[in-house]
Amino acid sequence: MDLSFVAIQALNGLASASSLFITACGLTLVFGVTRIVNFAHGSLYMVGAFTAATLVPWMLELWFGPVSFWLGIVISALIVGLLGVVIEVLLLRRIYGAPELFQLLATFGIVLVLQDLVVQIFGPQDILGPRAPGLRAPVEILGRRFPSYELVLIAAGPAVLAAVWFVLRKTRFGTLIRAATQDREMVAALGVNQALLFTGTLFLGAFLAGLGGALQIPRVAANTGMDLSIIAECFVVTVVGGMGSVPGAFLAALIIGQLQAFGILIFPKSTLVVVFLLMAVVLAIRPYGFFGRPEILGGTHAVGIASRKPMARGTLLATIGIVLLACLPLIGDPYLLKVATEILVFALFAFSLQLLIGVGGLVSFGHAAFFGLGAYGSALTVKWLGAPMEAAFPAGLLLAALGAALIGAFVVRLSGIYLAMMTLAAAQILYAIAFQWVEVTGGDNGIVGVWPSNWVAGRSAYYLLTLALTVITVLFLKKIIESPFGYALRAARDSEPRAEAIGIAVRQQRWLAFILAGAGAGIAGSLYAFSRGSVDPSLLGIPTSVDALTMLLLGGIQTIAGPLAGSAVLHILRDQIMPLTSLWRLFLGLSIIGMVLVFPRGLVGTIRQWGEDRA
Amino acid sequence: MAKTSMTGWLALGVALALGASAAQAQTAPIKIGELNSYAKQAAFTVPYRDGWRLAVEEINAKGGVLGRPIEVISRDDGGTTGDATRVADELVTREGVSLLFGSFLSNVGVAMADYANQKKIVYIAAEPLTDAITMAQGNRYTFRIRPNNFMQVGMLVEQAKASGAKRWAIVAPNYEYGQSAAAVFKRLIKESVPGAEIVAEQYPALGKIEAGATVSALEQAKPDGIFNVTFGPDLTQFVREGNTRGLFEGKTVLSLLTGEPEWLLPLKDEVPEGWIVTGYPWDEITEPKHKAFVDAYRAKYNDTPRLGSLLGYMVLYMIRDTIERAGSTDTDAIIKALEDAKFDTVAGTVTMRGIDNQSSMGAWVGKLVLKGKSGGMSDWKYNDGTSYMPSEAEVKAARKD
Amino acid sequence: MSLLAVERLNKAFGGVVAAHDVSFAVERGEMLALIGPNGAGKSTVFNMIGGQLPPDRGAVLLEDKAITLASPQERFRQGIGRTFQIAQAFHSMTVCENVQMALISHHRESRAIWTEARQHHRRDALDLLSQVGMAEAADRSCSVLAYGDVKRVELAIALAGEPKLLLMDEPTAGMAFRERAALMDLTHSIARTRRIGILFTEHDMDVVFGHASRILVLLRGEIIAAGSPAEIRENAQVRQAYLGNAPALTGAP
Repeated sequence: MDLSFVAIQALNGLASASSLFITACGLTLVFGVTRIVNFAHGSLYMVGAFTAATLVPWMLELWFGPVSFWLGIVISALIVGLLGVVIEVLLLRRIYGAPELFQLLATFGIVLVLQDLVVQIFGPQDILGPRAPGLRAPVEILGRRFPSYELVLIAAGPAVLAAVWFVLRKTRFGTLIRAATQDREMVAALGVNQALLFTGTLFLGAFLAGLGGALQIPRVAANTGMDLSIIAECFVVTVVGGMGSVPGAFLAALIIGQLQAFGILIFPKSTLVVVFLLMAVVLAIRPYGFFGRPEILGGTHAVGIASRKPMARGTLLATIGIVLLACLPLIGDPYLLKVATEILVFALFAFSLQLLIGVGGLVSFGHAAFFGLGAYGSALTVKWLGAPMEAAFPAGLLLAALGAALIGAFVVRLSGIYLAMMTLAAAQILYAIAFQWVEVTGGDNGIVGVWPSNWVAGRSAYYLLTLALTVITVLFLKKIIESPFGYALRAARDSEPRAEAIGIAVRQQRWLAFILAGAGAGIAGSLYAFSRGSVDPSLLGIPTSVDALTMLLLGGIQTIAGPLAGSAVLHILRDQIMPLTSLWRLFLGLSIIGMVLVFPRGLVGTIRQWGEDRA
Repeated sequence: MAKTSMTGWLALGVALALGASAAQAQTAPIKIGELNSYAKQAAFTVPYRDGWRLAVEEINAKGGVLGRPIEVISRDDGGTTGDATRVADELVTREGVSLLFGSFLSNVGVAMADYANQKKIVYIAAEPLTDAITMAQGNRYTFRIRPNNFMQVGMLVEQAKASGAKRWAIVAPNYEYGQSAAAVFKRLIKESVPGAEIVAEQYPALGKIEAGATVSALEQAKPDGIFNVTFGPDLTQFVREGNTRGLFEGKTVLSLLTGEPEWLLPLKDEVPEGWIVTGYPWDEITEPKHKAFVDAYRAKYNDTPRLGSLLGYMVLYMIRDTIERAGSTDTDAIIKALEDAKFDTVAGTVTMRGIDNQSSMGAWVGKLVLKGKSGGMSDWKYNDGTSYMPSEAEVKAARKD
Repeated sequence: MSLLAVERLNKAFGGVVAAHDVSFAVERGEMLALIGPNGAGKSTVFNMIGGQLPPDRGAVLLEDKAITLASPQERFRQGIGRTFQIAQAFHSMTVCENVQMALISHHRESRAIWTEARQHHRRDALDLLSQVGMAEAADRSCSVLAYGDVKRVELAIALAGEPKLLLMDEPTAGMAFRERAALMDLTHSIARTRRIGILFTEHDMDVVFGHASRILVLLRGEIIAAGSPAEIRENAQVRQAYLGNAPALTGAP
């Protein structure tokens, strides 16, 4: 490997790092001030790219020259900034009172809406933007050609860093942002107009996302996959750097850029996993990233399941419900049974997540890991050992529980958003393994031919099996929630110092919770594998984790029935909307946003609240 | 049926009304199920939908098939295997479609093939190219129209012989389609060019190429030839970086699908001239039947056709012919009418080979050139697929049935 | 043998010395107050004894047994209970469940999964609650309690572990004037009857001088005086270095 090559590759890494930093910087600022994990940040980046790829050529037509180009880039970023303001004013502002997780759910909705709107506004085809005037020709570096625009990008990262530093240090707005990042209650107490501060922050964050996207147009065609391809990396950058830390994000982006540039030389398929490995390693060593700080104690209370009087006739109602469900095969057609089976499977999946989030206060963004491990555990047993379904189920459960034990051991050392991101990293690493280890897992084709044994091969029989296993597992988990174990888990969620001071071994308790929740998700995964007849890596992917979160949050994390209702609602929505229109993402997104606004505690939680208010 | 469904949902404790009402036509239409990634892969699938819609309109204007109109019930497959098989299930059990066609991503196609086999319903893969669909994962119920990876790569490798390039670099997206194409290329290039070696391989994640680093890495290996499988946004990035850095200068570049308008148009005037590609030179095809299709398409949609448009159009006509010959919509009759059948299509005569259910549809192979403000193909030739198909022995070895 | 012996504890954060050679002892049944101006290092010393913070040097001994590096959980098992400056209770639970939770942990049952937590030790919990005067609120949710009541619940939680030593960080902070005296009287009587040693920090000088058996004065991480309330009141060094405004010692703040 000669020196010139190493130098060029390092420059390539720097250029990518700059782009990544500019975008991620906005995410970290928004998180620092509002504590919102903005999944729609990548969508804003995409809108920035599309806007610039449309606007800049038009401006260049008017007057060709660098001024038009760069002005076009800045205007595009400003437009995206305004979009951020619109999102804040119309949506986020209305739900600041709701638990932070619900704001996350609202941003899922925004992602879906923007995906379809972009296609509607800019058309389905990728748009290749113009090259920057004056920067079309490459420069020669150590005898190799290097695009001059990339040099500009390399400079843009530090320039944005300096500009953001200036805003944060030298303006009143910046002082407020820093203060809010350190202690939100304090800023509120000081009588600062919080709404205005949040709007301003969203503007700045969206502006940076838009700028990041707009700067891409000379290298990347604006396309509809950009949002999801950038968001995961942005999370990694902000988390590795320490949430809310701009210099941390810069450092993290630099490292990631170099890792990717050189990683592909050693392992050409590494782009899938290298950033998540980095995140896992950094968090294992530094639980708050490079420059992050522990959350201040005694802030907002974790929300979730709380003690309440047992509902009158609750057992009776549950029994009636189960009996009615068991009667479904008598009246439902095969497709309905299939959908009902899926609803039950995902209800169980979401319910297992409830043990972590609702009871333990441990927000997992990677719950798909255990669902997928359960599915793969079963499928691999069928494929490689020729085992029947009856043996494959326990194998799936075991693999999921083992995986949860391993992942949990790393995860329980962390807290808050870092914990969530560690679970995400773990799930992504498993995803990469399932994807790359083609000889064993079948790569992205996955494993087919995972069909149930004869006695449950029929739709009705399999539905009843699913119902039985789901009911048993849910009842078991419910029992756990009400047991001393579940209470101790809740105690640690309500107040970790108090829980420790009364002798609860918080980490061990949480670790066991991970194993139980993992096993529950594993059963759901196994059931799903046999209902579909196949498994593939998407079961371990981010969308699957997001699904579980969405169902749980839609239903409500304060209640036991929440995840069950959430699963039914999300499935039925999807099932009803997808056949009606190709704009299903728009409608699904709007439905989610609508529900967040109308049911700020989730469906079941809010409805119960109404009932209690009336009483 | 709508009523029973309603009760079912109620039993689930959810009062969401179903709006399923099948309007009864005087002659009940023949229902055909279609699913594709309209939301996620819009660049290819939207023109494709326009193509089959045009065909449906034409066919029904001429009285349909077996005296009944054709009704295509189309769904978004969500671009994932889970969604695709669920949607397929809805089409089959709820809508009662006679057969299924569609899907874009190769891994979704493989899952659909398995679904077809399990539910014993005919599935015609329109776009997915991976060999697995007609080879290792192939089955009696799954048919494919487009030339698969093996065939298209075979056509390109033939061109590679002439170039004399021996040191080859591969860049392919890291998923089923890219890996399968790369594997075929490695095998075929060694078979047909003595002394050929692979000096570099890059597998960027689909939609996430680090183009600068990838180009440098390929350049460092000093290949004489490059085999490209990337498409969509990855391709545009790769081409831009490669052009700027002079990666392609003096090298033979073979590239799958790059001549197809859906991937070529976004490149605008930065078309990498001289690349040897498979594609679709719709503007230069003079064959009357084909030209009639192009004209009808342009008149209806005020847009130029993509390869997807042609494919959608062709698939629907082949389905019509099949049903007509089968005389019914019975699955076994349809399979019988498909196997080893000849079809007279816009792209010429196509045979559906019985042993692997792969059609002999060919591909246009030529060189990329810049025509005005966008790219096109020159020196192109339509290669009939027949002579590029995997041998019968190979098929028998690979397939389980 | 002292109940708690603290030997030459040292802690520095960066260059700032928060505790320097802090040594003292707590005896059974006494109420020892740790006072000092803001930033004197009270919380640091407290957290080193509570196990939230490891000392740089020095030792903490409970009944002659070193617990310097033990975790909060281990200290609880050894017999240390504590309350926090900002009351920490389990807000999602009822008052009674809060105490039951502590009893469950005390009886090492927090891994049990087949029984209902609500059925565990309810009677004992109600007993403890009546000791702190909260029995009537037993089935109310902790989240709706007045702050003073949460402090009482916290005391009941801390007592559930049958502690030998009780650490109370600002036990009356945030409470109304009358509540303070009541809580400290209660604490005092519990300390006497159960022979529990109590170490507490406090800002309210009325509380300190009205209830402490002995007082330690901490200044810039060092103990500058120790003795009975009367002795401290007369200590010139304390008056000079810490108090400055002498009236605070005699009158209400």
